[in-house]
Amino acid sequence: MKPEGFSIRTPASRVRGLGPARSGTGHFWQQRLTSVAAVFLTIAFFFVIASVLGRNHAAVVQILGSPLVAVVMLLFILNSVYHMWLGMQVVIEDYVHDDMPKLLCLMTNAFFSVVIALASVYAILKLSFGV
Amino acid sequence: MPRPRPLSPHIQIYRPTMTMTMSIVHRITGVGLYLGTLILTWWLLAASSGPNAYSTVERFIGSYFGRVILFGYTWALIHHMLGGIRHLMWDVGYGFGPHEREWLARANLIGSAGLTLLLWAIGLLVVGGSR
Repeated sequence: MKPEGFSIRTPASRVRGLGPARSGTGHFWQQRLTSVAAVFLTIAFFFVIASVLGRNHAAVVQILGSPLVAVVMLLFILNSVYHMWLGMQVVIEDYVHDDMPKLLCLMTNAFFSVVIALASVYAILKLSFGV
Repeated sequence: MPRPRPLSPHIQIYRPTMTMTMSIVHRITGVGLYLGTLILTWWLLAASSGPNAYSTVERFIGSYFGRVILFGYTWALIHHMLGGIRHLMWDVGYGFGPHEREWLARANLIGSAGLTLLLWAIGLLVVGGSR
């Protein structure tokens, strides 16, 4: 080891620090985990869409509020939103280099994702519980 | 004033390749799907709000503009999904050969276009197109 590279820290302690972002491969892993889930949930989503095509409001409410469809939609939306949050973060980090615009974009990304998730979840729960 | 020293090659210097274009399209479709969640959330909120709000969404979805947007959204979703499966294959070490990656790129393009047309044909046949 070169003298300037010398450290009294053990390799294990360096690994446990999980790099400068302190999250290690967490981002990568969660992106892949949600992408595999998204394949199955997207196929399920197409079936949900097929079942509501051409139906009137009352029928759509009944379909979206039924337990199986509601659970599929909740999973699809929560998984998709987390996946797109992670994905957009990479796009921002790749193309927005100045600190302030980057911070603003990352925050907007978080706000947008949370609002989309919460609004959709609220709507599905409202349809399910029929309030 | 001497000419600025050349830096590492930028995207304008590379000859565009199929896989490179596919990588960019994967990102663009991802960003498109990100923004498209606004329509999904709008649809769910409207369904949970009542018949009046829902008829507004129906008018948008039924309009020429709305159909074009939804057709694009369907294609983006399928293209991004098939592209994602390609990435998952690469993650576990398959499909890196020069012929394989070209073949995969073509399959991705043909598959996404074919599946989008198939789904819309089924949707329009089932629904009858007008509603």
